[in-house]
Amino acid sequence: MKKMSAIDRILLLLAGLLAAYQIVFGIEGAPALSIWAYTLAFGTLLLAGLLLIIFGFEILDNPLVTVVSTMLPLSLSLGLVWEHWPAWRNAYLVFVVVGFIAVAFTRFYRPGKAAVITLAVVHSVAGLLIFLLPIYMSLRGLAPAGFVFVGIGGALIGVGGLLLSFLKMGKPVISRQMILTILPLLLLLMTAAYVVGFYLD
Amino acid sequence: MTQLFTALSRRFRRYLPLFKSLQTGLLVLTGLAGFMSTRCPFMNWQTTLAVAGSLTLAVIGSTILNMWYDRDIDAKMGRTTARPIPSGEVSPTEALILGLVISALGVAWALSMDVLYGIVVFAGLFFDVVIYTIWLKRRTPWSILWGGIAGGMPVLAGHALGSGRIEWVGIVLALAVVFWIPTHIMTFSMRYYDDYQSAGIPTFPSAYGFAKTRMVIAISSILAGAMMALAAYGVGLTLGYWRLLIVLTGGLLLLAVSSLMRPSERANFGLFKYASLYMLGIMLLLMLVVQ
Repeated sequence: MKKMSAIDRILLLLAGLLAAYQIVFGIEGAPALSIWAYTLAFGTLLLAGLLLIIFGFEILDNPLVTVVSTMLPLSLSLGLVWEHWPAWRNAYLVFVVVGFIAVAFTRFYRPGKAAVITLAVVHSVAGLLIFLLPIYMSLRGLAPAGFVFVGIGGALIGVGGLLLSFLKMGKPVISRQMILTILPLLLLLMTAAYVVGFYLD
Repeated sequence: MTQLFTALSRRFRRYLPLFKSLQTGLLVLTGLAGFMSTRCPFMNWQTTLAVAGSLTLAVIGSTILNMWYDRDIDAKMGRTTARPIPSGEVSPTEALILGLVISALGVAWALSMDVLYGIVVFAGLFFDVVIYTIWLKRRTPWSILWGGIAGGMPVLAGHALGSGRIEWVGIVLALAVVFWIPTHIMTFSMRYYDDYQSAGIPTFPSAYGFAKTRMVIAISSILAGAMMALAAYGVGLTLGYWRLLIVLTGGLLLLAVSSLMRPSERANFGLFKYASLYMLGIMLLLMLVVQ
């Protein structure tokens, strides 16, 4: 297992501080459910950073990582849909709840192909929403151009989430060493993209 | 002049390990958080610096006096044999004089600022050195309760100075520290179990076993989180800060429950580290909230 370097810790700490800032100042003005969904998303990022600093990369061996790494895109996409796409609020809320339960259930009780497919579907839908919704809204003039940064964060989270999840499933896309090398920077960049995107919204 | 400066700086470097800078820094920070969270109308940088200065002296003074008294057991424990007194770098008499002088300066400074503040600072020093270290530490594992109470005094003192009296918020803040201290001491007493055994210090693990100690650590962490939330209510956090507090407390609860369900030294040490970060984070949050 890769040892965590001082730079890794600094990057994770910065990501955690940005997430904390976002929780306190960055999500005011949204509907109540969006605020709590964003809090869950950025709270997951903050705690993930802190726990990685405390326990090192070994914590990624915990079986809960797959479930937690799903919570982040699901809650963030729910917040966005609830705030910016009212017609799909209830349908997407159902998808999030069912998707989360399905990922958790298959992870612990049906590991293997069913778990991989469930994970891929849930992550892809949530990731694409975080990526495409802000870009679509910016292009249509429904949100400022800077909101695109949330989409960039969505692309990064999609990459990070899938890499981590498939690694946990025992089907890594790139080597474990490489994933661990880029993970702290990826976490920082995605958090920064979200903070900038929400600030410019 | 240069020679004098060199001699002084060499002496200061010898003394530095006696100060336990991280622990002192955290306790001083709690005092500052207690003071700033009152939103005292007379708050200014001079008073804030004086709080930091007087508390630093009082905490360092009591730490040196503890090390002076515990020099025999420090010499028996692998973790502490390299400390300045057992290693012979600083003589016991020199340490005693240094501890007494710094403690007296800290308490005198605190008393000159405000009598109530000075009394609480003195109480912290008295509980720590006399009740905890000299009287109870070698007799009962429950001495850590008094160690905890001593640790809660800086935040209570800071709050008392800002509000002019002992208020429930100050007491709850102190209780949060009181419940945090056992996680610190018990984690160390498990990690360095053999050291404490060879020094003949009664600890929770030696008296009640590892499983019960882990349970006490988890419950203590949860109580510390609950006290912090109650204090945050008393201080009047805004919604944004509440959300952050909920997230951080959620992390604490998660680790506490996890260490109960899957007990291990690693889980316990992680909980201890997180609890320390949590304490630091919440104290900073209480300081920020007044800006």
